Amino acid sequence: MQIISINKFFGNNHAVKNVSFKVNKPQMIGIIGRSGAGKSTLLRIINRLTDATDGSIEIEGQNILDLKSKEKRSWQRKCAMIFQQFNLVPRLDVLTNVILGRLNYQGSFRASLKMFSPDERADALILLNNLGMANTALQRAETLSGGQQQRVAICRALMQNPKMILADEPIASLDPMNARMVMESLRKIHDEKNLTVISNLHTLDTAKTYCDRIIGMKDGAVVFDDLPEKLSDKLAREIYGAEADEAFEPQVTSTELKTKNQVNEDVEKEFATA
Amino acid sequence: MSKALPANLEQIEVNLKKLTNQRTRSSLLGIAILILVFFGGTLVSLEANAGSFGRGIANFFNYPRDLFVDTFEMGWKYWPRVIKYIPELIITLNIALFSTSIGFVLAVIFAIFSSRNLIRNKRVIQFTKFFMDVTRSFPTLIIAMVFLYLMGKSSLPAVIAITIHTAGALGKLFTEAIENCDGKPIEGLSSVGATWTQKIRFSVLPQVLPLFLSYGILRLEINVRESTILGFVGAGGIGELLAALIQWNYGADVLACMFLLVGTIIALDYLSAYWRHKLIGVNQ
Repeated sequence: MQIISINKFFGNNHAVKNVSFKVNKPQMIGIIGRSGAGKSTLLRIINRLTDATDGSIEIEGQNILDLKSKEKRSWQRKCAMIFQQFNLVPRLDVLTNVILGRLNYQGSFRASLKMFSPDERADALILLNNLGMANTALQRAETLSGGQQQRVAICRALMQNPKMILADEPIASLDPMNARMVMESLRKIHDEKNLTVISNLHTLDTAKTYCDRIIGMKDGAVVFDDLPEKLSDKLAREIYGAEADEAFEPQVTSTELKTKNQVNEDVEKEFATA
Repeated sequence: MSKALPANLEQIEVNLKKLTNQRTRSSLLGIAILILVFFGGTLVSLEANAGSFGRGIANFFNYPRDLFVDTFEMGWKYWPRVIKYIPELIITLNIALFSTSIGFVLAVIFAIFSSRNLIRNKRVIQFTKFFMDVTRSFPTLIIAMVFLYLMGKSSLPAVIAITIHTAGALGKLFTEAIENCDGKPIEGLSSVGATWTQKIRFSVLPQVLPLFLSYGILRLEINVRESTILGFVGAGGIGELLAALIQWNYGADVLACMFLLVGTIIALDYLSAYWRHKLIGVNQ
């Protein structure tokens, strides 16, 4: 996949500036940057949820930004997206939510009657089981916790038989334990299925722990694109700007799992200083 | 002042009092004007009717008394008469049910084509909204009378009139329900590569359908009353019967019809509450 000088304007606001990068082999890529740096917009452009103002994305000799209707939907099927707010259908049960990942394969008529084949149901159940969610298959999605919903969203993404997974802040609304679980699932998918995973991450620590390659964005432009080890603290601080302290703070980086005792100690410390 | 306030806050307190006084004065003035208008209007109407208001009031209470007296005189023979009118009631209910169902389906279609989050083309939205406004703005009575004139006495004009009004009225409510529904699931299905119809089927409908049904049941209740009223102008059913009975002054029969109607409305009210609770219950 080759992304060539993508630009996006929202009115006068230049949200994505001349972004270009190449992905030659399946990689786990973390895109970091502060809020409003254009990370989400970039992912949405790749999935074609948002149209770029100009630029192109080439895969196997095809510019996917030119795709229309049926071909566009087929591309969306191939690059599954995971959202910060999970974007499941809250009132449908978990199993149906997962099977919805196959909508692109189905005729509208058969699907609208919820006539899913036994194979599709079996695939969905197996995926749910892999993430430890099979026992919730018949519950409504809205009854699940955030972490559980995100795991269902991952199952839906996998149900699409994707070539690539885009994750837009997948752990930003999760607690530390669930955040770790979700990141590990994504890493496992990358390792086992050899898929490219591009993930927007707010925190440096998570990106360094799980990703093979980090792309740093600032004010819409790519300012760093290399191995995680090569990202210096100074540059990282520059990328995050005013949000640096928050991004570096281990408590907020959400992947550090604390034991109960540690948490209790922290709470006591806070009370002591208050 | 019970507590001494610092000088800078005292000004706020003074202003607040001023404001409260002002409000009290304007509300009192409003009430005074209302009373004046009410009594003035009554005086004017008394003059216009040359004092028949008092007699009218007496008749007003006489008529229901006659109805009950008639009914009591009949004794047990009264109940077969109530049952005799049930088929007429069923015609009225049928008109309401049939037109509510067709109106419901039309309303769903209108609502989809007038929701800003489903249709990009502003012209389509404007046209559908305008169309719904038109269907809603004609009173059912007038539409029914026009069609009764054109098609002769039957239930069909009532069905057409109620359907048109229901489609517009429910369409408006449905549009708001769709526009207020959560956009994230829709976006989620977009990212999966779902078509427009698939997105509506799987992310919009599951969110709004319980609300739609709840509105629909409420509309059914309104439409039972509507179809009764349309009977008065010749659309058949218990309304037409009631109009005739009132003219012939068959007191006991009038009361029988009213008994059926009130019973139906109450029953429908309880049923719709039960259905709606069931719908909400399933949601949880």
